Amino acid sequence: MNIIVCISSVPDTTSKINFTDSGGKFDSDGVQFIINPYDEFGLTKAMMLKEANGGKVTVITAGDITIEPVIRKALAIGADEAIRINMTPQDSYSTAVEITNYLKNSPADLVITGRESIDYNGGAVGGMLAEMLDLPFINACNGLHISGDTAEITREIDGGIENISTNLPFVISGQKGLVQESELRIPNMRGIMQARTKPLQVIEPLDNVQLTISSGFEKPANKQDCKLVSSDNVADLVSLLRDEAKVI
Amino acid sequence: MSVLVYAESWGGSFRKSTYEAVSYASETAKLLRTDVIALTFGNESDDELLKLENYGANKVLTTSGIEKGDSKAATDLFSANCSDANMIIFPSTYTSKMIAPRLAAKLKAGMTSNVISTPSSVSPIEIKRKSFSGKAIENTKINTEKAIIILAPNAFGLVECNGSCKIQKIESANNTSVTINSQKVASGKISLAEAEIIVSAGRGLKGPENWEMIEELANLLGAATACSKPVSDIGWRPHSEHVGQTGIVVAPNLYIAVGISGAIQHLAGVNSSKIMVVINTDPEAPFFKSADYGIVGDAFEVIPKLIEEIKRIN
Ligand SMILES: Cc1cc2nc3c(=O)[nH]c(=O)nc-3n(C[C@H](O)[C@H](O)[C@H](O)COP(=O)(O)OP(=O)(O)OC[C@H]3O[C@@H](n4cnc5c(N)ncnc54)[C@H](O)[C@@H]3O)c2cc1C
Ligand SMILES: Nc1ncnc2c1ncn2[C@@H]1O[C@H](COP(=O)(O)O)[C@@H](O)[C@H]1O
Repeated sequence: MNIIVCISSVPDTTSKINFTDSGGKFDSDGVQFIINPYDEFGLTKAMMLKEANGGKVTVITAGDITIEPVIRKALAIGADEAIRINMTPQDSYSTAVEITNYLKNSPADLVITGRESIDYNGGAVGGMLAEMLDLPFINACNGLHISGDTAEITREIDGGIENISTNLPFVISGQKGLVQESELRIPNMRGIMQARTKPLQVIEPLDNVQLTISSGFEKPANKQDCKLVSSDNVADLVSLLRDEAKVI
Repeated sequence: MSVLVYAESWGGSFRKSTYEAVSYASETAKLLRTDVIALTFGNESDDELLKLENYGANKVLTTSGIEKGDSKAATDLFSANCSDANMIIFPSTYTSKMIAPRLAAKLKAGMTSNVISTPSSVSPIEIKRKSFSGKAIENTKINTEKAIIILAPNAFGLVECNGSCKIQKIESANNTSVTINSQKVASGKISLAEAEIIVSAGRGLKGPENWEMIEELANLLGAATACSKPVSDIGWRPHSEHVGQTGIVVAPNLYIAVGISGAIQHLAGVNSSKIMVVINTDPEAPFFKSADYGIVGDAFEVIPKLIEEIKRIN
């Protein structure tokens, strides 16, 4: 089975988010980049599917050279090879178009994306890829069983879960449940050494289309100081919530 | 010209997120000086469909035979019925997130999600959205003739009006590529996405047996219950209650955090709540920096008192 895992490189979850150029650009100074957490669940699932059924796991990412350490981490976790599309992604559409260009020439049996990237939170690349490739798409996927060329998939729905079957190939956007937290793999020394010599192919974007423009950022307004109520006067909290905040 | 909005229903009934999306569509249609057309495929009764007129729908297009889990068929339906639309608006639901990006790719239309306000300018559409897990607000321009947006949860509110709408049945081609085997929706419980009040608890509660008081408080307030990530990881609570950067992102009017330290990843999923209350033994817990109201104290003393007080005033 030929599995493609799309990974995006995002600021570590503990990062403070700042902007330069008076709010024009994300300030990556001093920020540690990691594999998007949702993509890590997908990558681990891909490794398990490969171990069970044989095949190959390829990670693909659209980004400039600065994201190579994140790609090497994915290789150290166990991906067989990596593709980097040499571009600075401008929007979900531009990313999806270029990944599609690659996949049209090198079709996959299964394409795994994450539920959303934790930086821009678009939640769009997976669905766009599916449409461009004319494949089924299941989002917020928290369970995947493949036997032969059919798959049984569970996805989160509002307030519940749904169980769906479809045939390979298809696209999912995944999250926790695809594998458990405890099953995530930490690269070991051997993996890190091997990653250095695994193939990392750099390809150039072909289309350079962009449909949306991010034209500036601001920080949400600062909260007022927290009003403290003594634990002996719990009734005061209730009155504040009712009469001042008007939320109960 | 028109504004098209997806009116999602569950078991034949619309939820608040749909009314919110229709309200939003109606406010946006005023800016564009055009009409609001709602599109549904959930087998709603005519009476249910007519409820959309109270939020500004001028016309409802409705069909059946498409499953929510079948993103391809749903996308085809939208694409066949949007030739006239400049904006296509989706409520904040998992199904929207499955259809909207497909539709954007199919129509080659600019799409953005997590939208928190009506367009600040209409040609091109310019709009504010939440980004970096609520740590930033981003201004986005959509450079295509049609713009597709997904709203952020609970970001807009309901705007009622005295309108009237026509119902029109439409055809749907059903070229399905998936089979829906089963669907489980927790009944009787308030879903996190819709909840106006959420009572959430963390590792400070020590064990799953102590959630009784959390549930009681939630029941009294008509609230949903949530938890921090470690609590669902150790299995004290179901994963569907995990909120935060890697869980569900919520935006209730009131979020009560009990025995949760307020780690940055937790806050990223709850910082759009209008009012946050923290109850924690440790005055240095980071949550106090983000909360509006707080009690430094032991949950096992404070929560029972809170329950008594709310019973008293109810
Ligand atoms: C990649 C990544 C993603 C993550 N995503 C998420 C996420 O989405 N959501 C999330 O929640 N976390 C997430 N985390 C974990 C996060 O960093 C914290 O570890 C977690 O939120 C802490 O949970 P907690 O507050 O319940 O537990 P703790 O940090 O252990 O805090 C317990 C709190 O309870 C208080 N307490 C103890 N006893 C009492 C008592 N009797 N009464 C009142 N208070 C008491 C303590 O003072 C303490 O503040 C993520 C971490 C990583 C690395
Ligand atoms: N630059 C990128 N390169 C490769 N895959 C990406 C990129 N950006 C996003 N993705 C994939 O698409 C998913 C959703 O991202 P987004 O639509 O940006 O929220 C991510 O979890 C990744 O799997």
